[in-house]
Amino acid sequence: MTQGFLVTNRSVRWFLFTLALFTAVIAFGSEASGTGIFSTSLVKTLGKTLCLCLIAVAMDVVWGYCGILSLGHFAFFGIGGYAIGMWLMYGRTEGIVMTSLANQTIPPTPQEVSDAIGGQIFGVVGSSEFPLIWSFAHSLPLQLLMVVLVPGLLALVFGWLAFRSRVTGVYLSILTQAMTLALSLYLFQNDSGLRGNNGLSGLQNIPGFEQTSQATISLVFFLASAAALALGYVLFAWVVAGKMGSVIMGIRDNEARVRFLGYRVEGYKLFVFTLTAIVSGIAGALYYPQAGIINPAEIAPIASIYLAVWVAIGGRGRLYGAVIGAALVSLLSSWFTGGGAPDVNLGLYRIQWTDWWLVLLGLSFVCVTLFFPKGIGGLFDYLVRKPS
Amino acid sequence: MTSLLEVSGVSKTFDGFRAINDLSIQISEPELRAIIGPNGAGKTTFMDIVTGKTRPDEGRVLWGEKNESLLGLSEAEIANRGIGRKFQKPTVFEDQTVRQNLAMALKNPRGPFAVLFHRKTPQGAQRIEEIAAEIGLTDQLTRTSGELSHGQKQWLEIGMLLAQDPRLLLVDEPAAGMTAEEREKTTDILRRAAQTRAVVVVEHDMEFVRRLDCKVTVLHEGHVLAEGPLDHVTSDPTVIDVYLGRSDA
Ligand SMILES: Nc1ncnc2c1ncn2[C@@H]1O[C@H](COP(=O)(O)OP(=O)(O)O)[C@@H](O)[C@H]1O
Ligand SMILES: [Mg+2]
Repeated sequence: MTQGFLVTNRSVRWFLFTLALFTAVIAFGSEASGTGIFSTSLVKTLGKTLCLCLIAVAMDVVWGYCGILSLGHFAFFGIGGYAIGMWLMYGRTEGIVMTSLANQTIPPTPQEVSDAIGGQIFGVVGSSEFPLIWSFAHSLPLQLLMVVLVPGLLALVFGWLAFRSRVTGVYLSILTQAMTLALSLYLFQNDSGLRGNNGLSGLQNIPGFEQTSQATISLVFFLASAAALALGYVLFAWVVAGKMGSVIMGIRDNEARVRFLGYRVEGYKLFVFTLTAIVSGIAGALYYPQAGIINPAEIAPIASIYLAVWVAIGGRGRLYGAVIGAALVSLLSSWFTGGGAPDVNLGLYRIQWTDWWLVLLGLSFVCVTLFFPKGIGGLFDYLVRKPS
Repeated sequence: MTSLLEVSGVSKTFDGFRAINDLSIQISEPELRAIIGPNGAGKTTFMDIVTGKTRPDEGRVLWGEKNESLLGLSEAEIANRGIGRKFQKPTVFEDQTVRQNLAMALKNPRGPFAVLFHRKTPQGAQRIEEIAAEIGLTDQLTRTSGELSHGQKQWLEIGMLLAQDPRLLLVDEPAAGMTAEEREKTTDILRRAAQTRAVVVVEHDMEFVRRLDCKVTVLHEGHVLAEGPLDHVTSDPTVIDVYLGRSDA
């Protein structure tokens, strides 16, 4: 089925080809490969960008195809990050604690070890007890399961409540904003069990790979991110290509009509919402080890709004549009806000891009919405002749 | 003749306005029925109630051999019982092709996972061809339905109804905005559909109803004013009163 699908989908093949080429070039030029054309920090930035592209593709499916303007998908991204971050932090701290306890004459009891790890991790919030949610933090497989389960379950419960009551349009968007805001505020508290506003840090150090250089680790994560994007893209392209795509686009365009055809619209929305939430969680789990740190500010409501902006600029309702939008805007954003763009001196006033970038982004968003509703991806329509 | 749909004593008030007032209608299977009545008579609201879009304040809506109540079922559940509906304004999925529109309506399992793993079958493709031939859109199957003419969209929507293979078709003003020739074709499609199913057609146009050549129910202020053959109801003094008293009918 997937094979036939790939053969008939030219845009998917083009995307995979482009991504493979890009990945090969970066991998070849990375410090880990010995050429060192691209710095390790650039490889990390690009790897993170691939993760953002993946969540953008998910956003495009839920919004561009199914018409649900979720402004909360970064909450799932953040949860994925926290879930993997817990294992990373636990594992690394355990390593440090074991080394320091190793030269004691009496071997430490498991309780002493646990207390020492807890003290290291939760000292910043004045505690050394392990909260219940850290129960699985010692196990990579279990924590990987959490990456998928927690966002999936949250989306399932939230979506079930919202879609069953037929909350749609702007009300649903507000509800999703409230969800991500509530989660972020909760995590800001010191007793949330996830180190309050300190968040989880040192995530770039992988337990068991203490001797491996960051150059190698960054390349591995870059490749993993590229593979995840490729798989996610193919999965979603397959979902929206067939009859499922027909139905969810029908829901976007005329929900009532789809109901009268006998489809339970709630079930479809729930499916799309939950599937995209899970993929967002996976994207987050790949992103934060490359970022090195996660804190509650990452899932502030504005993050999910940016996500919608990327997809709108890139072009809704076409998956490659979401990728283009996310890559372009997030890279430009780090260039402008990171001081990469030279200030413009107007004599009377100096335009500092760190301040003015948001204005520029806002203006582009307005222009795209007004004049190019198909976004940047719409340009491809001119390149490709429609078979008629 | 047992009735397929039995609506009895149904009333519905919108903000103090009685749109449906003690309405009782029975439809058998097969049957072709026309419902006429001036604007605001409650024809569309009647369909809303049967299809689960609007919940009545009182009354019963019973379906099928087992006299199952339709009140309290969701729109999707009612549709899956075998009731298809065409809206007053043509509503097809304009971004999708004619074939995709028909494929979505085809009678197949409706759950998300069944749909996700759905594979096109030769039978399905053949059924789509048959329906396309029936509604005269064989040459348009690959076209985006937004590009169709108004009349073609109306037919496509009727085709989607047929694809659902329902026992009861509720068709709201199918001929609105059609040319005389298109209307004639529409009556033919509806009459053929009614040979094996129950078809309820709401229409303003008397010529159209005459050509349907079926039992007519006259609705007025949410209530049945008269019922019977067209000539019978049009000679009814109360019906004449209602129609002559209104210019929009
Ligand atoms: N959802 C609604 N809210 C308020 N009034 C409504 C609603 N639906 C229908 N009505 C009113 O009920 C009456 C019957 O409308 P309708 O069934 O559409 O008439 P018809 O289809 O016979 O022209 C109209 O006066 C209309 O304004
Ligand atoms: Mg009407």
